[in-house]
Amino acid sequence: MTAIVLYSMLTLGAVAAVFATILYAIARRFAVEEDPRVAEVEELLPGINCGACGFPGCSGMAAALVGAADEGDISTLFCPPGGNETMTTVGFYFGLEVREGAPTTAVVRCGGSVGAAPHKVRYDGHTTCAVAHATHAGESGCPFGCFGLGDCVDACDFDAIRINGETGLPEVDPERCTSCGACVTACPRNLIAVVPRGRRDRRVVVNCRNCESGAIAKKNCSVACIACGQCKRVCDDIVQAITIDANLATIDPEKCISCGQCVGVCPTNAIVAGFKPPPPKPRKKPAAPAAPAAPAKGGAQ
Amino acid sequence: MSRLPTFAIGGIHPPENKITAERPIEALPPPAQLFVSVSQHIGKPAEPLVERGAAVRAGQLIARASGFVSANVHAPMAGTVKKIDSVPDASGYRRPAIVIDVAGDQEWESGIDTSPELAADITADGPGIVEAIATGGIVGAGGATFPTAVKFSIPEGRSVDTLIVNGVECEPYLTADHRLMLEEAPQLIVGTRLLMRALGVNRAIVGVENNKPDAIAHLSTTLEEAGPFPEGRIEVAALKVKYPQGGEKQLIQALTGREVPSGKLPLDVGCVVSNVSTAIAVYHAVQKGRPFVERIVTVTGKGLREGRNFRVPIGTSVQALIDAVGGVPDGTAKVVFGGPMTGKALTGFTVPITKGSGGVIFVDESEANRGHVRGCIRCSRCVTACPMGLEPYLLEKLVNAGMWDQVEREGVLDCIECGACSFSCPSNRPLLDLIRLGKAETMARRRARS
Repeated sequence: MTAIVLYSMLTLGAVAAVFATILYAIARRFAVEEDPRVAEVEELLPGINCGACGFPGCSGMAAALVGAADEGDISTLFCPPGGNETMTTVGFYFGLEVREGAPTTAVVRCGGSVGAAPHKVRYDGHTTCAVAHATHAGESGCPFGCFGLGDCVDACDFDAIRINGETGLPEVDPERCTSCGACVTACPRNLIAVVPRGRRDRRVVVNCRNCESGAIAKKNCSVACIACGQCKRVCDDIVQAITIDANLATIDPEKCISCGQCVGVCPTNAIVAGFKPPPPKPRKKPAAPAAPAAPAKGGAQ
Repeated sequence: MSRLPTFAIGGIHPPENKITAERPIEALPPPAQLFVSVSQHIGKPAEPLVERGAAVRAGQLIARASGFVSANVHAPMAGTVKKIDSVPDASGYRRPAIVIDVAGDQEWESGIDTSPELAADITADGPGIVEAIATGGIVGAGGATFPTAVKFSIPEGRSVDTLIVNGVECEPYLTADHRLMLEEAPQLIVGTRLLMRALGVNRAIVGVENNKPDAIAHLSTTLEEAGPFPEGRIEVAALKVKYPQGGEKQLIQALTGREVPSGKLPLDVGCVVSNVSTAIAVYHAVQKGRPFVERIVTVTGKGLREGRNFRVPIGTSVQALIDAVGGVPDGTAKVVFGGPMTGKALTGFTVPITKGSGGVIFVDESEANRGHVRGCIRCSRCVTACPMGLEPYLLEKLVNAGMWDQVEREGVLDCIECGACSFSCPSNRPLLDLIRLGKAETMARRRARS
């Protein structure tokens, strides 16, 4: 009885020893040299593998950072979700200068809510924006507007975009948004852009992407940009941040100082700001704005 | 009874609902305005030649083909050019179109023979016929709208032995081609002879599904009376009723037994397919000098008191057709433009009739409902139904997962978008919707690669 146990142990032990030797030899022969710094840098990164840096995941970025550090310059690389905080830590690790990036967030540039752009037809096809975009112009008739079917919501890994039940439009929570750009790619109508968040969320955005002529755009949506040029005129006196191209006003976020003057003059409320805009200042050459006489409603009291 | 030929794999049998089969073709009351799209064909949009305010005669060239795959566009009726504007198409996207205010008296462009007499004497030779087809702006009227002149310009070193004339009309509801075969058989035969001459073939087969026995009989007797022809033999072949027999590749297989390989053209198996209404348009263009300015449109639906087959000038708005049948019937949930299987639900009634639109169908609530989407139960009905031998359930899954390389390997580009998979799915899955998306993405990727 003891002999059986003994022989079994010896045989198994011998087999194990042989395999261990083979495995050890193979491991030595095919060992992959890995820079220990890559793993350490990866620890410093957010670890969400969003791809916003342009590399496949955080380990890709870590490898790129180590490679760039060996060259002596990591200032071309930036981790948008980590922001300046993460980059400072990484810079401290390597003892190198890093680029300062302004905090950014995604914005959905469509104001065609259920109320502003009433539905004329009902879409009963497959409920993804990609299919809807390939099938029809939109329930409101605007061929540039948001479908509200939530391809961006599905693309977001951080629960930062949700469809607002009242307006039927997606809304971005800047606190959760990491600017990874997944929603930008997911939107078939290119409605989402990553823009600087602005200090205390003071950012001004043209909330429309409609390139049709003003008359047609206005038929489908009351808050469409009609390219009237009023915003450009006020901005030209200040920072020249607005350009009008293909029937659409665009604000250059680099130049915009978030003064909010354009918001006030827009006749269709197509420009929105993350703050209450100031009352429009009279321009140098005022076109004699007809002061809206407050109608004496309600009678004598 | 011998079995009728049909294509080998897949296919479905949707309810036929050919309500208007007995209604003769009638002229539509002249519309007040025409919206003539300059991109009613596959390929580059035509370039407008007329200015705002210009007076045009019926049949006058108003937009010229730009590029090899493109087609001329002619004024369907005489009138004044109101503006060159963008007009929504069936899906609501705007396309450039020439808007014509129709004049009271109709003056035709000189050189166009508008008499109804049959011109059966063929004088043109092959290249002359192709030239006349190109001048007449003829495109595939069955719905694909591929420029006919391009199709019939056989490249050097390739040979064709059979012309196939497509009189299948496998889409439910539509009866435009059926009526044409009954009412314009002599013109169809001359058109077929012209196409045979253009290709230099001595054999033509007119394929007709067996649900149109009157058309088969009528065509056969007319052929016997008119023949024999110097061009060769024209046969009429009855086919078993099965959707999508009107697909080019399916029809070739049904009639000749040849299979068009993946990614190849009918030309590669020695065939060229043309629709009956295209053949009749060719007759008008070559023998009468009359360009492609009108077509037959079936206006039908179960809720409609009377469906009709109209002869409609190109550019007439759907609204004019709806007015002609007494308005949208009660209980209509969708108005489908084209056939019920491959057509599109309209997003508005200002949409103009184009060279490829064969029907306006009022679909009631019971038929329009797409049904609740449930999970795939792996029943493989879509695989059985697919006439191209694809696996629609797999393509749907791969597109959903964004696995584009595999989507391409699984042959997504072979899909003819007949809709047999979606039709047969017991779980109402949006198979074709996603396959179309996969096709578009694959094409975009191919373009990016090259």
